[in-house]
Amino acid sequence: MESNLKTNLARTILALLARFLSGASVRWIDSQPDTCQRVYFANHTSHLDAIVIWSALPQAVRLLARPVGAKDYWSAGRIRRYIADELFNAILIDRTEIKVHQSPVDLMIREIGDRHSLIVFPEGGRSSTGEMGEFKSGLYYLCKKRPDLEMIPVHIDNMNRILPRGEVLPVPLLTCISFGPPMWLEAGEPKMEFLRRARQAVQRLKEV
Amino acid sequence: MDPKTLGLVGGVLLLLAGGTAVVQVLRGRVDSGIDPAILETFRLRVRAWWVLFAVLVAALLLGRAATVVLFGLISFWALREFITLTPTRPGDHRTLFWVFFLWTPLQFVLVGMENCWLFDENHWAYVGMQSYDLYSILVPVYAFLFILARVAMAGDYKRFLERTAKIQAGLLVCVYCLSYAPALLTLELPDAGWAPKALLLFFFVLIVQLSDALQYAWAQIPSKHVIVPTINPNKTWEGLLGGTASVTLLGAALWWATPFSVPVAALMSLVIAVMGFAGGLTLSAIKRDRGVKDYGTLVEGHGGVLDRIDSMCFAAPIFFHFTRMWLNT
Repeated sequence: MESNLKTNLARTILALLARFLSGASVRWIDSQPDTCQRVYFANHTSHLDAIVIWSALPQAVRLLARPVGAKDYWSAGRIRRYIADELFNAILIDRTEIKVHQSPVDLMIREIGDRHSLIVFPEGGRSSTGEMGEFKSGLYYLCKKRPDLEMIPVHIDNMNRILPRGEVLPVPLLTCISFGPPMWLEAGEPKMEFLRRARQAVQRLKEV
Repeated sequence: MDPKTLGLVGGVLLLLAGGTAVVQVLRGRVDSGIDPAILETFRLRVRAWWVLFAVLVAALLLGRAATVVLFGLISFWALREFITLTPTRPGDHRTLFWVFFLWTPLQFVLVGMENCWLFDENHWAYVGMQSYDLYSILVPVYAFLFILARVAMAGDYKRFLERTAKIQAGLLVCVYCLSYAPALLTLELPDAGWAPKALLLFFFVLIVQLSDALQYAWAQIPSKHVIVPTINPNKTWEGLLGGTASVTLLGAALWWATPFSVPVAALMSLVIAVMGFAGGLTLSAIKRDRGVKDYGTLVEGHGGVLDRIDSMCFAAPIFFHFTRMWLNT
């Protein structure tokens, strides 16, 4: 990854801007920021979710975290492409043609190598009500292939009111980003069981 | 700096330094016999006052535009806290966008433009601009009607009146009311120049804060007669009467810093104290309904902005209009 001065400056500005605009308070609940390889998985209600999680991380951690986004959204338009490619170093998934030999999970594992972390939204799409949907199985296969990754549940509060589905202009309400304690795939844990446990971990952060 | 400014600002500086000293001494002692929770509240209060004092003095030194911008930003943040805690529906989204990005800035721009001298090229002279006619009704007429019509246009009729009333109340309290504080700087006072205007605003903020603090202090005496137990158990008749009486006396004693005579300064302080109480009680009722202790619970470690300015919001428009009426007679 080429990091020059201009890109780093743009990254810092974007992070500060996102922090200010979302008014985000960041909580680490039984958890600490760390530069080890992690998967941050969160509820998904708004296009700004990836930006606010990314900006809520401390800078050293932020530089290693790569959001996973939909190619159809993040490749549309020069600004989005610039943010996704240059600033986020995002991993873009082509939702329209998912191939068996080129699965998104393989792509993610290849892209992060032994250094980067991931920011993923396991619901697969944005919820329009603010209620969390069921988790897609990608999270499970990711953990199965890389059981060493620390899974960090993340809950984003209020983003569905800041930029709901179908709206272009944001309303500057205050958000709260909560990072929870790390979890792992247990040996022999069934898929549904694991996905349910992961979803509950995110849900639990809402109540704390 | 003239002696009046020096006296008032210096006096407040000494008061704050005294407050900090008391906190430091009491924290050092293990067996001071004082409830640690009260000491912690007092410590946070003193810290918040230092911030308010520093920011207000800096803005007043920079001039009117800076002060109006400062209050505009405070309003914007308070409105964020208010609307964040108020449940809204997706149908309110676009209305809220205009409330935040059109009506809020416009109110403060108009306040800033009042009596502002614009250069008129045709006459080679400066002409005064009178925006009071517009900003004094901008929110309750234009913005309120806009909110009704815009929410209707969004097509969601569920609990229509309830939803529009919530947005209107937020805009009224956080933005319209607070904008009357910097509007004090636009009044034509008997003494010309910037210093008397800046002092008037400083006097207002000081009296509001003193009234808050003294009402809290007087409410600590035992044999409590709580005014509205269901809304705020900390507000007692002892606190209201004692606090209001002492603030009235203090305000009268500070008459030299204001354009008022001694009895008028006392009356103005009395009005500020009563309105401050009403503001605190009203915002408590909203917080009670939403089941939170303060608006700052959203931002851990910070007091909410709205918690700090609730009394100021209610007192500002009344103090402004009383002062304006007094100036016009």
